Amino acid sequence: MSGHSNYIPKTGFERWLDARLPIARLAYDSLVDFPTPKNLNYWYTFGGILALCLGIQLVTGIVLAMHYVPHVDYAFASVERIMRDVNYGWLVRYMHANGASMFFIAVYAHMFRGLYYGSYKAPRELLWILGCVIYLLMMATAFMGYVLPWGQMSFHGAVVITNLFGALPLIGQSITTWLWGGFAVDNATLNRFFSLHYLMPFMIAGVVILHIWALHVTGNNNPTGVHVQSKADTVPFHPYYTVKDGFAIAVFMLMFAAFVFFSPNALGHPDNYIPANPLVTPAHIVPEWYFLPFYAILRAVPDKLMGVLLMFGAIAVLFVLPWLDTSRVRSMRYRPTTRMYFFIFVVACLVLGFCGGRLPDEHVIPGLKTFHLLDADTNSMVWLSRIATAYYFGYFLIILPVMGLTEKPLAQPKSISEPVLSHSAALPVGAAASPEKRG
Amino acid sequence: MADSVTGANPEHGADGDDPSRRDFIHIAAGVAALGAAATVAWPLVDQMNPAGDTLALASVEFDLTKVQLGQSVTIKWRGKPLFIRHRTGAEIASAIKDDKAALRDPSTDEARHKPGKAEWLVLIGTCTHLGCVPTFGGGDYGGWFCPCHGSHYDTSGRIRKGPAPTNLEVPDYAFLSDTVVKVG
Repeated sequence: MSGHSNYIPKTGFERWLDARLPIARLAYDSLVDFPTPKNLNYWYTFGGILALCLGIQLVTGIVLAMHYVPHVDYAFASVERIMRDVNYGWLVRYMHANGASMFFIAVYAHMFRGLYYGSYKAPRELLWILGCVIYLLMMATAFMGYVLPWGQMSFHGAVVITNLFGALPLIGQSITTWLWGGFAVDNATLNRFFSLHYLMPFMIAGVVILHIWALHVTGNNNPTGVHVQSKADTVPFHPYYTVKDGFAIAVFMLMFAAFVFFSPNALGHPDNYIPANPLVTPAHIVPEWYFLPFYAILRAVPDKLMGVLLMFGAIAVLFVLPWLDTSRVRSMRYRPTTRMYFFIFVVACLVLGFCGGRLPDEHVIPGLKTFHLLDADTNSMVWLSRIATAYYFGYFLIILPVMGLTEKPLAQPKSISEPVLSHSAALPVGAAASPEKRG
Repeated sequence: MADSVTGANPEHGADGDDPSRRDFIHIAAGVAALGAAATVAWPLVDQMNPAGDTLALASVEFDLTKVQLGQSVTIKWRGKPLFIRHRTGAEIASAIKDDKAALRDPSTDEARHKPGKAEWLVLIGTCTHLGCVPTFGGGDYGGWFCPCHGSHYDTSGRIRKGPAPTNLEVPDYAFLSDTVVKVG
């Protein structure tokens, strides 16, 4: 998509097509000949894995929509019918339900990769922001999809999430009524969620095209964070990365299949196999695992509006990250102090996820009696969430801006090839690899 | 306008008032197009608001003789749970005693039931935090407790502790007779 094209139409038909719709040229330039840094590690295979995840969700979702009935009286029963009576319905539904979790595992790996190697920095700001848009659309899609089976968790999850908008002053109540299409989560809500759940994956696919387009303008970042200098720094995408991505996909699929076939409900919640009852809320209501960190942030704040704002702020801050990180060194490999803070950040995210899955009043250290501070026990999940939330925002708003100004980074290699070629192990005695260096 | 069409030299037109007339036409056309877009967009937005049949499901009547002293009954009204509680003397006393306590959403117990009907409390049974259904008998204040995020309500349904911002809502209702209420 950028630079000149090396595509040479071989047959008469290809020449005819190329003069009218150069689609074969586009495919060749972006999937075969695309010059890719030669040092990409396995963290860079999640992009391909994510594309496959989207494909799986689309195909299984379209199949499920052939059998699912979006009505409060029939939704739960139609899902059970898919599980029991529709041929291979159990397989398609378990692929779709676990596929959502796999999608989020891959997207989190992809995002942490971007954070570690500085893939959000100039000139890739828009590439990063498009990724954030995809992530936001994924969350909306996953949330609405979880509502469709109309179990207890579906229903009360929908109630809690739509009520988040009710926290906004003045317009909050009108917005929730508008989202519901009634005075509570009901049939109108279920029906529109189904419609939007079907629409949004196609919006995701659209933004994915923009994401890949932007990627192919700037080219891949790489683990050194140093720009590609010459052809010596790159290899063609095919066969080098088609094979590497293919291998990673095969390994990822092993994990996916292990869940689908051996533990299909491990990531779900048993309460969602109870039909929705608006009059009884389950004793312990939790979202799906991929939302737990944000749920913990929501519960960490004793004020409703502030909790909601902080939760949305946790995602909003990602959008401005390219301008918060003041360092021009991309890769954490050359930022030893910031790298340490990055790993603490990863731990903070995991801690938030852990807290989000527990009851707020639960003790962190069992049996230890402490005192109350700001409406909560200091030895409770609430206070642990507060500390992790403070670090989450502190990392983006304080650590990254300040470290870029104060930290002295390690020397970066002059090019991608340099650290490899100058390494003594790369020059065995009598090697013919670089004859120009021999005396 | 005729000048600018026949005049071959564009600089000629720039001297007169033609450019401002043209600007006016551009702006007017733009505003008309925007207005047209908005009138088309509004029905598409408003269709998501409650439909006529949803609005029509407004009220329910309930026979209070079914609720013994100290019991509560949950019925469904407009898709939401409605608590009808037959309060004991102790509950009423504790609610009145707390009228002067530090309340997040100040309200007297008197204002939360119909005059002379202190034993009957009618509340919308959704937590004002994020809409879960609180359970009676839990919490630190003898009233309702929301299991989702730990909001405590007292025996008058007032918020006392936790993240919820306001008291449990009292719907519009009236006593049709001594034993029948109409909600909505």
